[in-house]
Amino acid sequence: MIISSMVKNGAILCGFALLTTGLVATINSLTADKIAEQEQLQLTNQLQEVLPHSKYTNELSQDCVIISDPLLGPYDNQVIYRARKDDEPVALVIRHVTPSGYSGDINLLSAVYRDGSVAGVRVTKHEETPGLGDKVEIKKSDWITSFNSKTVQSESDARWAVKKDGGQFDQFTGATITPRAVVGSVKNAVVYAQSNFDDLFAAANACPEVTP
Amino acid sequence: MSELKTLYKEGLWGNNPALVQLLGLCPLLAVTSTITNALGLGLATLLVLVGSNITVSIVRNWVPKDIRIPVFVMIIAGFVTIVQLLMNAYTFGLYQSLGIFIPLIVTNCAIIGRAEAYASKNPVHLSAFDGLMMGLGFMLVLVVLGAMRELIGQGTLFDGADLLLGPWASVLRIEVFSFDSQFLLAILPPGAFLGLGLLIAAKNVIDAQIKSKQVTPPEAEKGPRARVTSLT
Repeated sequence: MIISSMVKNGAILCGFALLTTGLVATINSLTADKIAEQEQLQLTNQLQEVLPHSKYTNELSQDCVIISDPLLGPYDNQVIYRARKDDEPVALVIRHVTPSGYSGDINLLSAVYRDGSVAGVRVTKHEETPGLGDKVEIKKSDWITSFNSKTVQSESDARWAVKKDGGQFDQFTGATITPRAVVGSVKNAVVYAQSNFDDLFAAANACPEVTP
Repeated sequence: MSELKTLYKEGLWGNNPALVQLLGLCPLLAVTSTITNALGLGLATLLVLVGSNITVSIVRNWVPKDIRIPVFVMIIAGFVTIVQLLMNAYTFGLYQSLGIFIPLIVTNCAIIGRAEAYASKNPVHLSAFDGLMMGLGFMLVLVVLGAMRELIGQGTLFDGADLLLGPWASVLRIEVFSFDSQFLLAILPPGAFLGLGLLIAAKNVIDAQIKSKQVTPPEAEKGPRARVTSLT
């Protein structure tokens, strides 16, 4: 008796599991293209924000190398996009992470020209305090644009720090840790780009070409 | 008809999921920092609630009592995943700002509560209506709380509405007044607790007033405000 009810209940549960899984799988396959398209669009927009489209002619999001280096943050496999104009190296767009924020990692995207100057920086993801540390977002404040066209002279360049530490970048009232983390991380990324610029362009493309 | 009326009153006011049942507080407190976020999560919850209520009601005669809870959970999880995929595909920006709280709808007790308490015992159309009203009640509280916090915290209304409704909606943004720095308490979670407490208090005050008017019906019939009593 109890066995038969167990079998029956098991079968019903199994039926529901199959049904819901099937439904989710259907919706997933219907939306997969759209989601991929949205992610691609977002990537293109992010790249456009740090490096104007007029500066390069190749398909930036399809030309990249994958690098693991402590200068780019504590995680492996950061993506670096390579911008070329008529096959001439123009700039690198680097994804990097700093763990030194006030709460959690701060993900950044920085573009560096061949001469070592910064084209643009954006914070792509963070969990800093709303109203204080979140001024690193372009939506909240234009602070992040103060990196534009700055360049790092050497690894011990004292200007690459917040003003409180004797550098050239403003901190925010009530929030020094966040800008300090961002400045430090961008500096490291720029140093990395400067010292490896040609090697990075010589490396094989790690981004799969998407068939049109 | 009277059943529909009861459901409508219960969902929006008398048994409001957020103000009376106090269910689903985790997403409620976490995402109500702006109206847009509140509306987005409210709509997602509403969709899930109506969908799960309808489905639970349809299958209620085939599901043995012993395994109803796992079946309900499976149905709700399925709907949440579908809503998540749809939001990811069609409202990408909002999906990113709501982030973790979409999957958390699964854990919103208001939804399994309605499935268990109402949809598993009632016909489809009533269950659908119940889901709609409970969802609307939840969404209204989210939106009011979101409006309070957004207004006090950053002095705007409908900031970022274009993430939810498309580019045209950026005209909805109203800058009521501007600060040099934002009022942090309202934006951070403690502000949500205070705001929700005030809303519950306000509801209790209104309920008490309605009740006191009922006790003295002659006075209530004097002015046009007597209509208020007919709502109870």
